[in-house]
Amino acid sequence: MKRRKIDVRALPAKSAGALDDRFQAATPLRSLLNKVFPDHWSFLLGEIALFSFIVLLLTGTFLTFFYEPSLHTVTYDGSYTPLRGRHMSAAYASSLDLSFDVRGGLVMRQMHHWAALTFMAAIVVHMFRIFFTGAFRKPRETNWIIGSLLFWIGFLAGFTGYSLPDDALSGTGLRIASAIMLSIPVIGSWVTTSIFDGEFPGHIIMGRFYIAHVLLIPGILLALITVHVGLVFKQKHTQWPGPGRTEHNVVGERMFPRYAIKQGGFFMIVFGVIALMGGLLQINPIWLFGPYEAFTVSAASQPDWYVMFLDGSTRLFPAWEIRFDLFGWGDGYTIPPIFWPTVVLPGILTMLPMAYPFIEARLTKDKKAHNLLQRPRDVPARTALGAMAIMFWLVLTLSGGNDVIADKFHISLNAMTWAGRIGLLILPPIAYYVTYRICLGLQQHDREVLAHGVETGIIKRLPDGRFIEVHQPLAPVDEHGHGELEYAGWVVPKKMNRLGALGPAIKGFFYPIEKPAEAPVSPGHPPVSPVEPAQPARREEISQ
Amino acid sequence: MSTETEPRVEQEPLDVFDPRLTRFDIMREGARREGIEIVHYEAQYPPNSRAERRMTRIVASFFLLTGVAATAFLLIYSFGPWEYELGSNPSKLYTPLLGLTLGVALLGIGFGILTWGKKLLPREIAIQDRHDGPSATEERKITGETMIYIAEELGLKRRKALGFAALLGLAPVGAVAVAPLVGGLIKDPVEDRILFRTGWDPANNNGRRVRVTRENGTPIRPEDVSVGGQLTVFPGIPGGATNEHADSPTLLIHLRPDDAKKTRDTLKPVNQGSMWENFVAYSKICTHAGCPASLYEQQTNRLLCPCHQSQFLITDNARPIFGPATRSLPMLPITVDEEGFFVATSDYKVAVGPAFWERP
Ligand code: HEM
Ligand code: FES
Repeated sequence: MKRRKIDVRALPAKSAGALDDRFQAATPLRSLLNKVFPDHWSFLLGEIALFSFIVLLLTGTFLTFFYEPSLHTVTYDGSYTPLRGRHMSAAYASSLDLSFDVRGGLVMRQMHHWAALTFMAAIVVHMFRIFFTGAFRKPRETNWIIGSLLFWIGFLAGFTGYSLPDDALSGTGLRIASAIMLSIPVIGSWVTTSIFDGEFPGHIIMGRFYIAHVLLIPGILLALITVHVGLVFKQKHTQWPGPGRTEHNVVGERMFPRYAIKQGGFFMIVFGVIALMGGLLQINPIWLFGPYEAFTVSAASQPDWYVMFLDGSTRLFPAWEIRFDLFGWGDGYTIPPIFWPTVVLPGILTMLPMAYPFIEARLTKDKKAHNLLQRPRDVPARTALGAMAIMFWLVLTLSGGNDVIADKFHISLNAMTWAGRIGLLILPPIAYYVTYRICLGLQQHDREVLAHGVETGIIKRLPDGRFIEVHQPLAPVDEHGHGELEYAGWVVPKKMNRLGALGPAIKGFFYPIEKPAEAPVSPGHPPVSPVEPAQPARREEISQ
Repeated sequence: MSTETEPRVEQEPLDVFDPRLTRFDIMREGARREGIEIVHYEAQYPPNSRAERRMTRIVASFFLLTGVAATAFLLIYSFGPWEYELGSNPSKLYTPLLGLTLGVALLGIGFGILTWGKKLLPREIAIQDRHDGPSATEERKITGETMIYIAEELGLKRRKALGFAALLGLAPVGAVAVAPLVGGLIKDPVEDRILFRTGWDPANNNGRRVRVTRENGTPIRPEDVSVGGQLTVFPGIPGGATNEHADSPTLLIHLRPDDAKKTRDTLKPVNQGSMWENFVAYSKICTHAGCPASLYEQQTNRLLCPCHQSQFLITDNARPIFGPATRSLPMLPITVDEEGFFVATSDYKVAVGPAFWERP
């Protein structure tokens, strides 16, 4: 029998051929390899969220091998001597074991927690980017809504996870959550007893939270993230305006190899930073808090940062309770004060942002699709609104730690509470006004530079004795010395070293060097065109 | 589409089997057929230049760094002092070192790959057509008509009865899907009045009054609490001090005589007869959101809840005087039994803890 020689070098081509015979992959694969992505540092924020989510899946799966979701009482006899002999729930004991008796368990637990904090932070900052640049406008409203949902479901993921170890802090948080559920009118007590299978804490809640935390919520998150990223693919990424960039093209790099390899590297960096934090920075040292007991609470107990604004709203909301009689039916009814800051407020905070793209489009009568981003200064009303929202959130978040602040700076707690209440009402409008003015100022400066040129720092004395600063016009000027450039929605160079030969030059490889202005470049380094910028008129602006 | 930036868009498709074409030409042609024009493509360093070799060395050293750190991780992981020991000792370094080596290993790969991509791969600028906007009117028309046609074929318009029957038949099936979930989870809060009862209910003690005990279950005599002192107490029933009875922890306070008088003079009707001599017992569960209101300020006779800073005035029915809480802490009616130990004469007279809809 003759042995057939395998030609190793032909193997890849042959197997590729075999695959294409079956799946007809050549055309779709090529279009994937070639897909163009625009680049800007702010486009990486969403990726950080995605990468932290992957780290959460990896570390979380490790934790499930050791964690025991049970409230059964056990007597601790693990390595952590200070708690030996204490009665505690099996959940807390297994979390202690994860920290002390599983080799490398603590670094995993801490990485999981840090990844959760990074995940939420990245989502929030990513949302700021989307909001302030107008990336949520048509056709991307769906992805904006999915993003808002991702925040709230991530919030639930964090809360259920935080509850699992059943330490003194998480048990207190859980009890507050039960009080929040209780406060819902009409159905509150039914909801609570159904979820806890009786009165707080019951026996079954850890099992329910556990399956929600490791299966249901990650499943929903995974599905939403898939749709989210899929839509970015389908609708193609937005881009900043700039020479050569229009509403109808994407200027950037093809996905393979450079863009993809940079993303891979970036994932590893996010992963590495989370590993460093997980090892070097202690987080949630549950062994110091002790097991949850209904009658103890450690002072200055703080939730994770993304929950603090709700804690703050709960502290600031006045003691307003509604009690009434229902025509002598029953013994009278109550709407407790925590209903407003912990159910109604989050409800508004969920619905309002989701509706925002449609509200804005309606107010500005803007029905067009937009693929070019806006600089925040160019849409002062929206930017100011965003600043106002951030200020509102900031006051609430700081109030969530007002006892710590009061203690550190020796302010009376009552004063802190009142400062928070008043601040919550007056600081956001101030933030709105100030931001609006700043935007207008920045706009004006841009227009000034376009009209008069860049300040050179050279002072000239005129024959009549006056001193003037020499300006370098950006384009040919008219008889009054005024430039004729129109604002193109992008960075206007304001320093001499952003101009001319000192600026990053565009070397044409396939195009003649003489036409630099038409070659699109990285948004950080706009070239200065001696003639009109390539596409100023193609940009649709929202009229204010 | 800006034509200036794509002067070659009109070009005839290349014959990709032409042997004179380079691989780059073919790739570029492929991109062009996707509506992508590569307008700028340039190696960052001349091949084999010193600069390029230097970059290659940098990338390589990142990867080697990863190897070293990962090996260190494995060594520390396997031979490090991983078992917890009290006090300051090398075991405290185990987790930080794992994080450090793992982090450095991952960062090494990360920066290695990133530098590779950013510095060693050619820079390019490509422009892709978006092909956005709605589908062609013709396409819309065809798809729309197709869908309407399908709907008509089903004939629901003509066969109305069929539609109704399907609806009536399928609605219960939907409910069937939900029923086990709701039915399994639902738990009536009203029937047993569980939200109104605590561990102090004599029903938990075969109808006998429940003793006031410490955490370890020992009963308490009046002498055990000094004047001005306070003690967290629990119902003297099995599991009375556990989270099983998370609504029952109570604060027993021995008031100073003048405070006791003040308290007695201001007692609300519901609290009449609940004090025993100068002793008063309040629920420890904050009426706001259920945290233990456990910080007792002797000077001002206030109980402070650490969660949202509600403050309750001990000498006036534990009325809320600051913060978001709206209701007083319920008072546990106490007395001393024939053996000289504290007992609760009955359960709390109002529901303890945070309020809810059915709470009067
Ligand atoms: C998707 C977003 C997720 C978030 C925001 C999140 C957040 C958290 C947080 C904050 C904790 C408390 C950690 C601590 O003990 O300090 C936790 C615990 C836990 N998580 Fe997650 N997690 C997520 C996904 C997952 C996944 C996908 C799994 C498993 C497949 C998982 C499994 C666990 C387990 C078992 C614990 C208990 C660990 C312990 O008690 O020490 N998590 N999670
Ligand atoms: S739980 Fe006591 S003040 Fe909120």
